[in-house]
Amino acid sequence: MKQYKRFLMMWDQTFSQILLGLVLLITVILLGLASPFFMTWDNWRNILDQSALQVIIAVGMTFVICTGGIDLSVGSITALSGVCMAVAMHAGVSVEMAVFLGIIAGAIVGMGNGLLISRLNLNPFIVTLGTMAVVRGVALIITKGIPIYGFPREFTWLGNGHIGPLNPPMLMAVFIALLGALVLNQTKLGNYTLALGGNEEALRRSGVAHKLYKLIIYTICGITAAMGGMVVTARLNTAEPLAGSMFELDAIAAVVLGGTDMKGGRGSITGTVMACLLLGVLRNGLTILSIPSYYQQLAIGIIILVAIIISELRLKNAPGHGNTIYLGG
Amino acid sequence: MSQSIEPAIKIVHMSKSFGNIEALRDVSLEIYSGEILAIVGDNGAGKSTLIKILAGALTSDEGQIIIGDKSYNFLSPGRAISLGISTVYQDLALVDCRDVASNIFLGREPVYAGFLVDRRKMQKEAARILEGLQINIPSLSTQVGLLSGGQRQGVAVARAVYQGGKVIIFDEPTAAMGLQESAKVIKLLLKLREEGMAVIVISHNLNQVFEISDRICVMCHGQVVAICKTKESLPNQIVGLIMGATVKEAYNAAGVYSDEAI
Repeated sequence: MKQYKRFLMMWDQTFSQILLGLVLLITVILLGLASPFFMTWDNWRNILDQSALQVIIAVGMTFVICTGGIDLSVGSITALSGVCMAVAMHAGVSVEMAVFLGIIAGAIVGMGNGLLISRLNLNPFIVTLGTMAVVRGVALIITKGIPIYGFPREFTWLGNGHIGPLNPPMLMAVFIALLGALVLNQTKLGNYTLALGGNEEALRRSGVAHKLYKLIIYTICGITAAMGGMVVTARLNTAEPLAGSMFELDAIAAVVLGGTDMKGGRGSITGTVMACLLLGVLRNGLTILSIPSYYQQLAIGIIILVAIIISELRLKNAPGHGNTIYLGG
Repeated sequence: MSQSIEPAIKIVHMSKSFGNIEALRDVSLEIYSGEILAIVGDNGAGKSTLIKILAGALTSDEGQIIIGDKSYNFLSPGRAISLGISTVYQDLALVDCRDVASNIFLGREPVYAGFLVDRRKMQKEAARILEGLQINIPSLSTQVGLLSGGQRQGVAVARAVYQGGKVIIFDEPTAAMGLQESAKVIKLLLKLREEGMAVIVISHNLNQVFEISDRICVMCHGQVVAICKTKESLPNQIVGLIMGATVKEAYNAAGVYSDEAI
């Protein structure tokens, strides 16, 4: 019996990634058989391009969810940072400076979320639900609801330029994912991110500035969302105040699908990246097979539900989640 | 037992209320290096509140903590640890989903290259600490939540020892343990005393208290009702005091009277 449970736990740690890898592989093979167009580089470039944006935002979200929190405002931050960059560039600010300002805007919103959540001990869901609306409102007020378009080429290059066979968003996504994995697995910040989700009180009693770390994590999520905003704006050459709606749900879905525990304490950037790819491949595949987009929405929703069900069943056997099984004693 | 004259920690006129419940009323206490001080009392007597204030997990309303020649109105957990007060909490304060080494080093992870956590060093050090304490844990990469009660306790103790304080506080150290495991913990407490640390133990187990402690502090309704030398006390007296009898009543009932009691 003990052996069986121990096996279940070993299974648990790599479960999501193995399962995700298999599903991804099977999906790719099936789609490749179903459509000759699927396996072309042009199509894959398209998939990677779409997934890149999602990876950038989902990495920040992974950190937040690892603390047991959630950030619903990332979609709105995407819009706000794009709008800030656009306004700055139209005011004659240099591209670098405009990008910097846009990302600072995202960081400030993230910091605001973090302050409210850590200092006032408010519920992350409610706080970020509020900032989601506030930030969207600000983006609409700044633009008066009208999209801003037409930017210098150096800026649009960030969204649709070419670096060999790849483009800047893909490289950004790779960089952010690698950096995120390094931070989550190898640094104090990463350790404390997981400890915050596992047992915040234990972290506090160990003398760690737990509120500061929480603040940093929400700020990181704001920054990655702002980088997402930069990519969207540059790609479309338009800053759209309504851009990025539902991005938060896509990001949360990818994080959960990637095996990060919604209750915190456990998470993986690798899983998040794989989930982003899987969602990207599925969307693309359904489009190629000319399945109407309503069904796409349905299919992706069902996949996310299945992922959550699997993850919950798994967690019943994981330590620190109510139904704890103590081995060996 | 070698008691130094200067106390390792002094608590002076400490009070703490939760709403209109007075958890601590004007508590004063001295703890010396090289002794085991047992704090006993019924549920709700204020024992845990007292040690949580010492550990910095709670802040007192009134009173000071005096360490050396410095006086503090309150401590934060980080400050308490850096002043040499380590605590093994009743709930152990472990992060269940993290491995053994991460828990032992929680808050003071060794780093290399400025910011990368040195996991190999953590594993090595953790193994060394656990071995020194004779705590058997099969694998250091096991999640703490999967360990037995005694092993979990071992991890919490190892963390407190690693923090390397002068004062170490145990809140119910053997409550969740079997006979063998509690014998180990008791051995550990005695060893820590030998090393010259001040050890504070909260316990409901009077046999154990009499077995290991040098002094017994009895608390009742948020007050210290007596501090007695273990050698000069009888279990019946202590039980009487815990139940709320006055010092005189308790000692008369037991047939002796000691001047040591306050």
